[in-house]
Amino acid sequence: MATLGEINKQDGAPELRRRSVWLFAILIFAFLGLSLRMIFLQAIHGERYTFLSENNRIRLKRVPGTRGMVLDRYGELLVDSRPSFDLFFVPEDSDAPETTLRSLARYLKWDESELLKTYEDNKSRAAFDEITLGRDVEWSTIVAVETHQLDLPGVTLRARPRRNYVDGQAAAHVLGYLGEINQKQLQTSREQGYAIGDEIGQYGLERKWENVLRGRSGGQQVEVDALGRRVRVLHEVSDVPGYTVHLTLDRQLQQTAYEALKGKEGTLVAIDVHSGAILALASTPAFDPNVFARGIKGNEWNALLKDKLRPLNNRATQGQFPPGSTFKIIMAIAALEEGVINPEASISDPGFFPFGNRNFRDWKEGGHGSVNFHRAIVVSCDTYFYQLGPKLGVDRIAKWAKAFGLGEKSGIALDDERGGTIPDTAWKMKRFRQPWYPGETVSVAIGQGYVTVTPLQMANMMATVANGGKLFRPRIVSKVESVDGTTVRDYGPELIRTIEIKPDTLNRVRNALADVVKAGTGGMARSPLIEIAGKTGTAQVVEMKGAYLKSEQLSYFSRDHAWFVAYAPVQDPQVAIAVLVEHGGHGGDAAAPMAKKVFEKFIELQKQRTEKQQVRLEGETRAD
Amino acid sequence: MQIDRRLISHLDWTLLLLSATIVGIGIVTIYSANYDMAEGHAGALPMRQVTWLGLGLIAMFGAMSFDYHYIDRLAYPFYGAMLVLLILVIIIGHSGGGSQRWINLGFFRLQPSEPAKLAIVLFMAKYFQTDEPPKGYYLRDLWVPFALVVPLILLTLIQPDLGTAIILGVVFISMVLMGGLRLRSFAYLVAAGIAFLPIGWQFLKQYQRNRILTFLDPDRDPLGAGYHVIQSQIAIGSGKIFGKGFMHGTQNRLNFLPEQHTDFIFAVFSEEWGLIGCAVLLLLYFGLIAYSIRLVQRAKDRFGALLVFGMIAIIFWHVVINVAMVSGIMPVVGVPLPLVSYGGSALASMMFAVGVMMNVSMRRYIF
Repeated sequence: MATLGEINKQDGAPELRRRSVWLFAILIFAFLGLSLRMIFLQAIHGERYTFLSENNRIRLKRVPGTRGMVLDRYGELLVDSRPSFDLFFVPEDSDAPETTLRSLARYLKWDESELLKTYEDNKSRAAFDEITLGRDVEWSTIVAVETHQLDLPGVTLRARPRRNYVDGQAAAHVLGYLGEINQKQLQTSREQGYAIGDEIGQYGLERKWENVLRGRSGGQQVEVDALGRRVRVLHEVSDVPGYTVHLTLDRQLQQTAYEALKGKEGTLVAIDVHSGAILALASTPAFDPNVFARGIKGNEWNALLKDKLRPLNNRATQGQFPPGSTFKIIMAIAALEEGVINPEASISDPGFFPFGNRNFRDWKEGGHGSVNFHRAIVVSCDTYFYQLGPKLGVDRIAKWAKAFGLGEKSGIALDDERGGTIPDTAWKMKRFRQPWYPGETVSVAIGQGYVTVTPLQMANMMATVANGGKLFRPRIVSKVESVDGTTVRDYGPELIRTIEIKPDTLNRVRNALADVVKAGTGGMARSPLIEIAGKTGTAQVVEMKGAYLKSEQLSYFSRDHAWFVAYAPVQDPQVAIAVLVEHGGHGGDAAAPMAKKVFEKFIELQKQRTEKQQVRLEGETRAD
Repeated sequence: MQIDRRLISHLDWTLLLLSATIVGIGIVTIYSANYDMAEGHAGALPMRQVTWLGLGLIAMFGAMSFDYHYIDRLAYPFYGAMLVLLILVIIIGHSGGGSQRWINLGFFRLQPSEPAKLAIVLFMAKYFQTDEPPKGYYLRDLWVPFALVVPLILLTLIQPDLGTAIILGVVFISMVLMGGLRLRSFAYLVAAGIAFLPIGWQFLKQYQRNRILTFLDPDRDPLGAGYHVIQSQIAIGSGKIFGKGFMHGTQNRLNFLPEQHTDFIFAVFSEEWGLIGCAVLLLLYFGLIAYSIRLVQRAKDRFGALLVFGMIAIIFWHVVINVAMVSGIMPVVGVPLPLVSYGGSALASMMFAVGVMMNVSMRRYIF
């Protein structure tokens, strides 16, 4: 047992006690330093800082980076940014803000009460925050404000690039639009230098390619005078413009596609069969991205959202529709490749196909009579394909449909693409925990039942048939360039897979598709300018039992969707097209003429361009 | 648990009063910083800070209520808990202002990097409590504390929270030096650190490098950190000798400081109370720290002395780094002003630190 005295002798921590003397030294040294700094700031330079604080003399002006341009495949302009001027007011810079606003109203001949109301509405903003009085103001306004600067303390103009969509609605769904960054986006992207009030791509290309297009914003730290006018720039970070994006779109073909669809709800996709390059992608009804560029108003936005015809929906990539009879192309190829039929053998079509305890009806009352493989496609005989269904089985059908890219996202570089559904036994078990019923295969055989596809997939499927089995990834962007014109990235054709198809199968299917237009259901697509091969389709929206009703007899939203998928020219296919017209009724009537217009425009443009080139070549030879 | 009556009579009023005054200044300043001119009243923050004060009191009295020698047993479990929380932050953390630092507990968003600062002090005090070797520690003797501290620092760095990582680093170094690292070994450590820098640099992504470069030179970011420092200097300087008076500051009414009530609270305080106010606040901190250094000298045993020293290190480095950064003599890193800045995790952790010091103080008479 140690006595109290002994403990006291060896208590504590002698080494620590020795070192702690140094602590006092460090403490005094550090706090002396801090105090000197305070004396320096507050006692010595206090006046200077008071001056700077009085009118918030040092302010930050952000300069958003100029967004990159978007060009079509021939370098024609689709989207650019043009300079525009916004009018701002900082009330703290004016002794009498309301008088200033009254003078402003007089100089600009604007409504005084409206200006004052804007001011009142913004009373609760933070001090020295700007109030936006006008966006993209007219030239006369700019002149008036500059002339009367001295009478208008606190009123400033600032240039800012405004997005300009050259063709308005025509390519709205591809190009998309910009909007002010929202809280959620701000949280996830503040690291990348976004700030409140910045614009960010909210839809389409503008959104998906935001990082490429946006550039980097810069800004200035400026000292201002008592009227809020800039005295000098203290620091500056220059903005960096965004990259130029070259699309695969053909601007003129795009316009034709949009014009053809205008007034209907539908979509048209045209694709280069040798590379997967999208030449046109239109969806209607559309919206005008320029409205977003100038700042969409609340009621305009609500109208877009509430519109029953859903103008914000890109029907080509986001619309999932039953393919109807256009699916018979897949069925035909599958049947020949799997060897389940003799194409020369005919069946007799009484107008229905009895399976299980049900009769599956042909679209034609009374049937098509004696039908072989070729004729089945040309007249779109349902009964012929019904009987193929059970012969193939749903899993083999699904295998072939998926091989052609149906039922899965194509991977196009646009936002929110949908995949559609190609059902098979495994899918149904997973989705509904139910076995597959053979009767369901019969519906699948004519592209109904669970089958849904996007129009983009159908266009790409047609391109694959046209090029002999090569499935390319659909491309919308071909090249990204920096402002000085150097290529940053090239997006060449991307082959997803090559499908092995016998030449005999291809020949039979292609001949039949050509005859669909020449002498079958696709007659409306017949053109004197270009020979077209295609297939019509009518996708049921509401299942019809009993009566054969004409679509005019149905209420609008119950009417069938009209399909037409095609490629041309027949001898040397170059372009494939899928058209879908919602509630358009029969595919041959509603959709085929639209495809025809675009094919004809394609041939016309091609002719013009080769002529131009020849003229140029001749000119060059002459110059030699 | 029984609290010896003698303990109550030994309650360290000096420590209690000094820290209470500083907390009071904090709440008043938060009230001013959060005052909404248009609405005519302060926002929710001052009241919430009072709630956190309640939480802090529980932490403080909790830290005093048992003999501090029990901390010896608690140090590693506490460390383990902090490690788990910091990993949780990365997985399920709540992000704000570009980094992920919080765990949402519903009523409270816990910022584990604050109590993690305490964990370092606790396990280091435990590790160093035995008598040091006559010639001091070699680096190889200290692989355990190094192995314990590195994960904490890395986890805060990836949040990213550079300020806390720096605090963890300097507190660790302070403890190692106080614990008895040979000065020559310390020199090796510094040299190794410098040698490692370029290697570590290679592993960083460009944006991480940019952030560090901006940290070293705020002028690289004149629209962000650089602008904040200028505005914060204007705020401090314009306070002059006597200040603009309570609630009469103007700079903090502007939306320039993203953290008026947290990391930049000192600027708000200085503008309103001037040089006189700054002198008072700095003297309070000085008094708190100087008095606590006396506690280190008078503590009953090495463990207690190290505990107190660790808490001193935490408070000292926070004050120095915060005031230096707000007044523009150091790069901007997010470090709160202890006991003053708004924030529940920070306030409770700092009050826990004070509680530990009081614990050691009142038990120095008892054997």
